[in-house]
Amino acid sequence: MRSLPLIVVLLALASAYGFWDKKRSGKINVKADDRHLVRSSEIGSDLGEHATILQFSSAFCTPCRATRSTLSSVVSHYPKIRHVEVDAESNLELVRRLDIRQTPTTLFLNAEGKEIARAVGAPKRDQVVNAIENLARV
Amino acid sequence: MIDARGPRWSAGLTSIVLIIALITRSPIVIALQLVQFGIGAFAGPPNSPYAWLYKRFVQPRLSKTFDSEDVRPPQFAQLVGFLFALFAIVGALTHTWPLFTIATSFALFAAFLNSAFGYCLGCKMYLLGVRLRRG
Repeated sequence: MRSLPLIVVLLALASAYGFWDKKRSGKINVKADDRHLVRSSEIGSDLGEHATILQFSSAFCTPCRATRSTLSSVVSHYPKIRHVEVDAESNLELVRRLDIRQTPTTLFLNAEGKEIARAVGAPKRDQVVNAIENLARV
Repeated sequence: MIDARGPRWSAGLTSIVLIIALITRSPIVIALQLVQFGIGAFAGPPNSPYAWLYKRFVQPRLSKTFDSEDVRPPQFAQLVGFLFALFAIVGALTHTWPLFTIATSFALFAAFLNSAFGYCLGCKMYLLGVRLRRG
């Protein structure tokens, strides 16, 4: 029973981390500076006329599928915005340059391909709509 | 595609087994968990003993509609668990208790997060691993 305090501490730490991670996950953060520029040649697809939503996914990622369906369904209402999904593992150079650390990570790019905002984790539908409305203005 | 509730239920059972392992320091308990992780990691989570228990006793009592998920993310998590359990069993057999305790604690941390929060270990660890491995 000596390990009982350890177990209590472990479960408390894991819970604290779990709540923190859940709260942070999918939040769309607007980038004021350090905006990366992504070229269409790097993602193997044309950029959207107004904006591009660039999603990085991987094989061992359950929320990537939900993110794909959220993003593609929102984007279907905006003909000038394009949703592009790339496999992180096969684009490591880009992943390093953009500092992608986990999947799904979603970048919101303006018409020139400049990163305006970023979400780590699965973003919520209404937040995506909000971000798109903001993209139209930058 | 598998029932996404299965791996979370298995992670809950895994957490309980790992807690028992930490309390009893029994090589047999951690060995049983190692077998579960090994089958899950190499034969796939649906073929593991915990998945059998889930399908036999739990799933029939749950709703028929459920979220499905790709089998690869939980399989990756089982592989991570397998590696921790391997260190733990070496610690237990050689009576290197700090090794046993640290390895089992990491496995418990991850299993509990997976079970309670649906935490996706593959999302967080896989890409970092690939980035490190390919310098």
